Amino acid sequence: MTTKELKAKSIDYRKKILQYIKIANAGHTGGSLSCTDILNVLYNKVLNVSPGNFSSPDRDRYIQSKGHCVEALFVVLADQGFFPEEDLNTLCKYKSHYIGHPTKKVKGVEQNTGALGHGLPIATGTALAAKMDQKDFKVYTLMGDGEMPEGSNWEAALSAAQYKLDNLCAIVDKNGLQITAATKDVCNTDPLDKKWEAFGWAVKEVNGNDVEQLIAAFDSLPFEKGKPSVIIAHTTKGKGVSYMENQLKWHHGVPSNEEYALAQQELDKALSEL
Amino acid sequence: MAEQINTNSYKPNLEIFSATLQRLAVTDKNIIAVTSDSRGSGKLVPFGQKFPDQMVEVGIAEQNLVGVAAGLASCGKKVFAVSPACFLTARALEQIKNDVAYSDNPVNVIGISAGVSYGALGSTHHSLHDYAALRAVNNIIVVAPADNFETEKAIELAAATNHPVYLRFGKKPMPPLKEVNDDVFAFGKGRIICEGDDVAIIATGEAVYPALEAARKLQAQNIQTTVVSMHTIKPLDTALLESLAKKCKAIVTVEEHSVYGGLGEACASFLMQNNYHNKFKIIGIPDEYTVTGSQTEIMDHYGISEKGIADAVIELLK
Repeated sequence: MTTKELKAKSIDYRKKILQYIKIANAGHTGGSLSCTDILNVLYNKVLNVSPGNFSSPDRDRYIQSKGHCVEALFVVLADQGFFPEEDLNTLCKYKSHYIGHPTKKVKGVEQNTGALGHGLPIATGTALAAKMDQKDFKVYTLMGDGEMPEGSNWEAALSAAQYKLDNLCAIVDKNGLQITAATKDVCNTDPLDKKWEAFGWAVKEVNGNDVEQLIAAFDSLPFEKGKPSVIIAHTTKGKGVSYMENQLKWHHGVPSNEEYALAQQELDKALSEL
Repeated sequence: MAEQINTNSYKPNLEIFSATLQRLAVTDKNIIAVTSDSRGSGKLVPFGQKFPDQMVEVGIAEQNLVGVAAGLASCGKKVFAVSPACFLTARALEQIKNDVAYSDNPVNVIGISAGVSYGALGSTHHSLHDYAALRAVNNIIVVAPADNFETEKAIELAAATNHPVYLRFGKKPMPPLKEVNDDVFAFGKGRIICEGDDVAIIATGEAVYPALEAARKLQAQNIQTTVVSMHTIKPLDTALLESLAKKCKAIVTVEEHSVYGGLGEACASFLMQNNYHNKFKIIGIPDEYTVTGSQTEIMDHYGISEKGIADAVIELLK
């Protein structure tokens, strides 16, 4: 897939994320749009994961710690062929398996997540199992910057360094906002790079909405032999929709009909200008 | 020299846990013990020495202990996550609920030094909430083996079970409940230790042995007692419970746990909802600032003892 095709994918994913949030009348809009490019690059360029190999013990593992941004994950998984996209019309509806957080009842989901600070410990155990069995698969987990204060993340960060898990890659979707306010004003975790480094990780910072930068970072894994890697991905919450970008109210806002039409227009325009 | 039988020859269930795990690990490289600086209290030092590649140490970090265990289990490892029950089932409850039970990662969560095993170390180190907390978590089997036999069988079963299990162990040497263990041990099936028609004492974990002692004492007063080791608190053996309710005038439950939310209330709930109205008594730790003392002193204080249980039965049958 070319860079241009990937960029088009990102726009298409954003359109669908908004579509299904609108149908469900619920969802974590801003965060799903901030991590769209990360999921796009992971599933289309990096992960050895597909519907055909999902039961293989040798597949790569992706665990979404920021589970609330499930709309982005479900849209990408549908695109990968794990389930028919029209299933997402039932998102958050009575008796649907497509709930507001990742669940293994949905094909392609590795772990049930949603409570924050859980992805990294599970990913650490998974990467450790790969080392024990001398398997080559890699383990990726996507975290939000808002969940950085969860202590369990740092417990796992210590263990991952202790066990030299260079088959583990954490990505922090650093969009700078959480439900209450700017992340730095709620519980400042900056300088984040220094913290990860101090915990024994190799760190790279990228523009997390730039697919080329993301590809370059993933291509250079592990950043240092014998160390787990973390990509601090600087992103824009609400990316791609002008009135949603960097606006707190779109953390889990659902657009009105007019807002929805405007968002789709903007994304269509971006697609035509690629 | 003839071997003398005395209480010193009894082994703590935890030693049997460790020995069983070592036996299984010889032929199964997927057996993994995960500890949080708890290998000593978990009697796992020899396991770590013999199987260093099957031992994972996370340091004092219980949430990570359970999360790491879940990740290992998701890759086919038969994981035993070992930590004091007080920390494991409180601090890491969310990891047990989500990463183990909800995600159905088949971790064996091993709560050691449970109940009031830590005695005078006090409430921070007591686990009187674990049955209650885990009974309310979907998709985890809750087991408290009473003696060495039950421990060995429970560990073998846990290793072979592809779903989450919580196993609770105390620290003190436990005498055998039966001279000959000729019965089948299965999760969800209570063990009948002795039979009588006047009263059924349903106990779990280290509270079963004092229940058996009480039954012997009551026998001398011509009170015929059934004693059940209800090692599995969830799923509860309701068929056995129903047969006891039909057979016995009174039912007493005994547990080293809060009287709230544990074995006793599980039994009471089933009985009431199925129209059994036997005389009924729950013996456990009341909802109060627990008295200071050794495990035995604390259990004696709250009547989890030969005398306390026997007195409760006599009072109930009046």
